[in-house]
Amino acid sequence: MHKVYHKIERIAGNVITIAADGVTYRELAHVQSPQGISLAQVIRMDSGMVDLQVFAGSRGVSTDSQVRFLGRPMQVPFSDSLLGRVFSGAGEPRDKGPVINENLVDIGGPSVNPSRRIIPKNMVRTGIPMIDVFNSLVVSQKLPIFSIAGEPYNELLARIALQAEVDVIVLGGMGLKYDDYLFFRDFLEEHGALSRTVSFMHTASDPIVECLLVPDVSLAVAEQFATQGKKVLVLLTDMTNFSDAMKEIAITMEQVPSNRGYPGDLYSQLAARYEKAVDFEGSGSITILAVTTMPGDDVTHPVPDNTGYITEGQFYLRKGRIEPFGSLSRLKQQVNGETREDHRTIMNTMIQLYASYKETLEKQSMGFRMGNWDAKLLKYGARFEKEMMDLSVNIPLEQALDQGWKMLADCFNPEETGIPSKLIGKFWPG
Amino acid sequence: MANIGKIIGVNSNLLRVRFEQPVVQNEVAYAVLEDGTRLKSEVIRVRGSVAELQVFEDTVGLKEGDAVEFTGELLSVELGPGLLTMVYDGLQNPLPQLADECGFFLQRGKYLEALPRDIKWAFTPSVSVGDKVSAGDALGSVPEGIFKHLIMVPFRWQGTFSVESVSPAGEYKVTDVIAKLKDQNGKIHEAKLMQTWPVKLPIKCYAERLRPVEPLITQQRIVDTFFPVNRGGVYCIPGPFGAGKTVLQQLTARHADVDIVIITACGERAGEVVETLKEFPEQIDPRTGKSLMERTLIICNTSSMPVAAREASVYTGVTLAEYYRQMGLNILLLADSTSRWAQALREMSGRLEEIPGEEAFPAYLESVIASFYERGGIIRLKNGSTGSVTIGGTVSPAGGNFEEPVTQATLKVVGAFHGLSRERSDQRRFPAIHPLDSWSKYRGIIDPTEVADAHGILSRGNDVGQMMKVVGEEGTSMDDFVLYLKSEFLDAVYLQQDAYHKIDEACTGERQKYVFQKIYQILKASVTFKDKDTARSFFLKLTQTAKDWNRVEFESGEFKELEDNIFKALAEVSINA
Repeated sequence: MHKVYHKIERIAGNVITIAADGVTYRELAHVQSPQGISLAQVIRMDSGMVDLQVFAGSRGVSTDSQVRFLGRPMQVPFSDSLLGRVFSGAGEPRDKGPVINENLVDIGGPSVNPSRRIIPKNMVRTGIPMIDVFNSLVVSQKLPIFSIAGEPYNELLARIALQAEVDVIVLGGMGLKYDDYLFFRDFLEEHGALSRTVSFMHTASDPIVECLLVPDVSLAVAEQFATQGKKVLVLLTDMTNFSDAMKEIAITMEQVPSNRGYPGDLYSQLAARYEKAVDFEGSGSITILAVTTMPGDDVTHPVPDNTGYITEGQFYLRKGRIEPFGSLSRLKQQVNGETREDHRTIMNTMIQLYASYKETLEKQSMGFRMGNWDAKLLKYGARFEKEMMDLSVNIPLEQALDQGWKMLADCFNPEETGIPSKLIGKFWPG
Repeated sequence: MANIGKIIGVNSNLLRVRFEQPVVQNEVAYAVLEDGTRLKSEVIRVRGSVAELQVFEDTVGLKEGDAVEFTGELLSVELGPGLLTMVYDGLQNPLPQLADECGFFLQRGKYLEALPRDIKWAFTPSVSVGDKVSAGDALGSVPEGIFKHLIMVPFRWQGTFSVESVSPAGEYKVTDVIAKLKDQNGKIHEAKLMQTWPVKLPIKCYAERLRPVEPLITQQRIVDTFFPVNRGGVYCIPGPFGAGKTVLQQLTARHADVDIVIITACGERAGEVVETLKEFPEQIDPRTGKSLMERTLIICNTSSMPVAAREASVYTGVTLAEYYRQMGLNILLLADSTSRWAQALREMSGRLEEIPGEEAFPAYLESVIASFYERGGIIRLKNGSTGSVTIGGTVSPAGGNFEEPVTQATLKVVGAFHGLSRERSDQRRFPAIHPLDSWSKYRGIIDPTEVADAHGILSRGNDVGQMMKVVGEEGTSMDDFVLYLKSEFLDAVYLQQDAYHKIDEACTGERQKYVFQKIYQILKASVTFKDKDTARSFFLKLTQTAKDWNRVEFESGEFKELEDNIFKALAEVSINA
């Protein structure tokens, strides 16, 4: 039987210290205080003293609170009955459903053997032209959405959750406003996507330690579904809150901070999560889309900066649209050659013309005279923003490509687009 | 008598262990879990009777009082035939074999033998009984793929030996004894096909170190012509994310004129290694006609694999490079990325509660980086032949800012600096090596005065370009404007190279010499135009033709034709044609 301890030596931040023996590293414990029972995890052991991180926070923990070790590390239940449910970061139900305790699996499991990975080759269709046409999302890709506070990134995630052609969606919320949590829940329920979604939600008012667990439990569940042959999409929002939670704990633990107070292992910690994205040969897959808010719209801030080095591209969400410049899917070349023969051409041509439109806008703002070509570009740019970039546009890839041809034909002569004549002959409308 | 210690503290991957018998700094030890799993670790600090160990694995489940077995051996790698074409993790575990045993996921505490034990190699002796030999001297050889793999007297044996017996030519496994050597005291030592060497020590069995003077052709024009690297030289490629570091490394791995390429993927994306893993076996090396994989060795400790092994991976890579160098071969070691390795050092330093230096990197960062790059070099072996290890390390500076400690520490010790810039990659000018910020102390394949001249045009053209942003085209003189167009022309047709075009991706030294002369001629030509628009459209057209010229086979009919077109067009605008 596991021992029970009654004497807490030290309480600092969310970390309590007790004298205990026979405890294993990362073991879980129950801490019972007048506030109720909370889970806690061993994070450091030294000469008989054990530091535990209390998930619900140390507020209200007394020096004689009861600590009982459970003899196992953090685990998460896994079964199909998870679908449609909402849990907290610690795995407790947030909806009114029953507690699930079957088939527990460890979180934060080992990394996939690189020699067993395969070159990604399948596209995830989202129905959003700025993604499907211009920066295709690929199965097993990990992509962040770089954004600033106030942008509709959660709406974008919710729409992707709704429209993406996947079997299971795992939604991990970290430091969400309560309203956002309710938005996700209602939106998914309203559109009937809840039944294929598992949610792990941590709101801004919940204990900070639970925020740290959200990516791990989400990815552990995703991994289980994937090994059963399911195509899983993991949506995480917001990884900056996760990093900030890490910073908070690290500082409490008196660790030496590296950049802007973040711990030195920020890169490794983020990478360990993002690298869970994988395509299992002959089985399922995990694709990760994660929101990273950039404090002060600064991409050199440690969180977006480290993220950019880990992920396979990034989407910039600015002014309610996915920016065509800067946004990049590093894996798009693997898939957009096989969709339709005009895909790459439309992708390049439309972006080049849009870049020219931006230059014209600049010239216009400086008071230069607008020529005939400028007028064409202005017409095109406005249509491109309305019919392609607007996030409410929801059309399949093929239709989006047709739409692109139509826009080009309405605004330009074929030779002005620089498209090879072979494709013009085949696709140019009219 | 086994040396066993007891765990008294666990903090992430740092263990504090109380010991009774002597321990060795940097020796390997195994922490034993309750279920018998042994986790490899390394002693990194000793204080009194407590040793601090970094564990190369996840430490979940360890508890106070668990046993730690000290081995007395420094962290070592196995050297012998069978290394090439292998894919190892940072501790030299063969990953494909690991996958065969454990499936999709890595399993902690699982260590496999680095060299296949069951393969037999055709050994041919090259010494006879009575010969005098010392460490590093060849005892014989075995064929390994396209190479003659020398079997050498183990590097760690000190003094001279006389050959007591040597096995006849025949088939042997790596663990078979192939020679018996007697030292000065009459003691007999057994030499096998394989030997081991501690990774953190450089192999020094050579006559002397030479100065790197011979250019190493990478087939990237901007590198070979403007910022060359020499055999045995060391260079670094810092750059922000998305600037094309990895693509450049892959191109270099494919085309560099060396015998063996060792790729160390240290703390980077697994996806990138996979591309190399799956594509290299199918690509043909134009020099040998065999698969590229036959000259490649991959060490892969990606970002989600245990952090401490990241540090080991760069040392494993350079040790294997030194081993092949001892056979008189030229090796290129590509380390991607050294910043991740430095971050691993920072993590450990933080856990050891050392006084932090800049950005919390440890104070010894510079000396560690310096001693790593110093392992590159060209050497003359005792038998007179030369071998070299060239090191190219990428650096991933935080925020793309080159002022940070890792970039700065690296710049102090390298001979060439290929700085990638976000600005150039945003303009899709690849390879995004910044022509004005980068430098090289090595001598390339082209006359340095001409290169300096061309570089001057780039630099002055850039000044004009900057000025034009302020005063507009109208305020720029015709001469300046033409200079600007020439610099843009040089940039577009010579510095930039299409990595995805099967001909343009690689430009041989010979072709570079030829093309550079022609481009140089254009740069030096006095040309005249009636106005700026004509000048611009002339150079735009010339750029287009010259780009096509880059995309056709060297010295083909088409090549000649395009060249003629370029010079016909030039003659029309030249003043003294």
